[in-house]
Amino acid sequence: MAVKEPARRSRLSQVLAGILVNSVYEMKNYPVVLLNTVVSPLSFLLVIVFVSRGSLFGVGIEGGFIMAIFSAGMGLSTDLSHLKNDFKLQDMIVSSPTSWLTYMTGISLSEIVYSIPALLVLTILAWFGLSLSLAGALEFVAVLLLVFITSSSIGFTLSTFSSDIVQSFAFTRLISTFFSTIPPVYYPITYIPLPFRYLAYLSPTTYAAELVQNIGGYLSLSFTAVITDWAILVAVTIAVFVLARTKARWREV
Amino acid sequence: MFVLIGRNGSGKTTLVRILATNLESTAGTATLNGIDVTSEPDKIRKRIAIVPQEARPIPWMTPLQSVLSYLLWRGLGYAEARQKAREVLDRLYFGEKADALNRTLSGGMKRKVLVAMILSTDAEVIFLDEPTTGLDPISRRDFWEVLQEIRKNRFVVLTTHYMEEAEQLADTIGVLEEGRLIALGTLDELRRRMRYNYSVKLLSLPAPAVSLTEGEMVKGRDDLPVILTTEEEAFRIAQNLSREGIRFTINPVVLEDIFFYLVHHGGNTGGG
Repeated sequence: MAVKEPARRSRLSQVLAGILVNSVYEMKNYPVVLLNTVVSPLSFLLVIVFVSRGSLFGVGIEGGFIMAIFSAGMGLSTDLSHLKNDFKLQDMIVSSPTSWLTYMTGISLSEIVYSIPALLVLTILAWFGLSLSLAGALEFVAVLLLVFITSSSIGFTLSTFSSDIVQSFAFTRLISTFFSTIPPVYYPITYIPLPFRYLAYLSPTTYAAELVQNIGGYLSLSFTAVITDWAILVAVTIAVFVLARTKARWREV
Repeated sequence: MFVLIGRNGSGKTTLVRILATNLESTAGTATLNGIDVTSEPDKIRKRIAIVPQEARPIPWMTPLQSVLSYLLWRGLGYAEARQKAREVLDRLYFGEKADALNRTLSGGMKRKVLVAMILSTDAEVIFLDEPTTGLDPISRRDFWEVLQEIRKNRFVVLTTHYMEEAEQLADTIGVLEEGRLIALGTLDELRRRMRYNYSVKLLSLPAPAVSLTEGEMVKGRDDLPVILTTEEEAFRIAQNLSREGIRFTINPVVLEDIFFYLVHHGGNTGGG
């Protein structure tokens, strides 16, 4: 135990570095960036609430959480690409005792820190708009955690292949649109006409949204459907994490 | 300090990136302090640090934050990292600039931030890939002083396009051409590989027909001809060129002349 302690402290320092560089220092020195994180999920929420005349307020809040968390994870793609290509930070870190996983963890957590304003506003809205039991709330957080690991792994892998920020933005926008804007994240899946409904199941966020809508009482899933959604969400999370571990280009070839 | 020189695309950056474990090699092995960096990169990473080519400090951070976070990435605790960061920035005379945003610093100061980051570590081997490219001559000379600080207790591998930089700083010079190390040695050793001790550089094209009793003409900077020859022959050529009104410079050979000579011969100079 005594031998492992310095290594654990060292990893904590490395994670802290990622959080400081990619969120704390940026927010401290450029406070205007705080607005960015709030605007995107809340603007969708507002549109959904106005269009549904308030009937989708609760679903919209849940969707806002999923979008904020998914976007935070996908943020790795552009942020790491920027740090790698424009400042050569990844090369400096590769030639240091920091592993890819510690680096990814630090930057991922920085994205969560960066998203605190949006999550805070959504939490306040959820306090009034959602009625969740403790078990339901914990299940909700577990779903968001899986969504975050999935999107972070995708974002990290993409960033290691990108050669410039424009390319990275293009892929990130595309994936974000297909995974968090078009799928039934802000609205129930039953709103999609049947032949197209199956397409929605290509996105992992659909399973996440179904689960949280079920927790919030906006959708009534059978026990089998809940288990299936969990199984698929966990399987996708593991698959993309393994993809990041084996295919991300940490050390270039 | 080991300085690598070579033309664009000669393989300087590739070699440095392989040694610094940034890039996997496609063939062969590379060892650093007895450790194979290609197969055991994790074993060497605590002992090396790199400033990559075209690296820049992050603009939304200050020099203090840059050094501090880099030390955290290298595994130091926050308090120790902060103290070390302050010390190194003081040593490099940052003064109040230590707390200014990197984006407000001059080009020379930005490079100093990167050097401060690696100077603050206990890495034994430091790689600097063209750290002075783009700096004005005065900033470059200031930077050399910082490099003198780094080399005091570590081994530095530096790549550069500037021959006077290599002359000023190198203990050993390696010349790369098309991925091959065509020459390796001290400046004196490289000088001895060339039979000539004077160079006459023509400053315009086309090259005039020059009859040489001893020496040879090679391609120099901007493809302008350089005549490498003996002192006596150099002055005879100079007199002839003056008579014809052709502009030129004449000087004892410097590293740049040796470099052009070695590249011209692909390293096959018959010397050591």
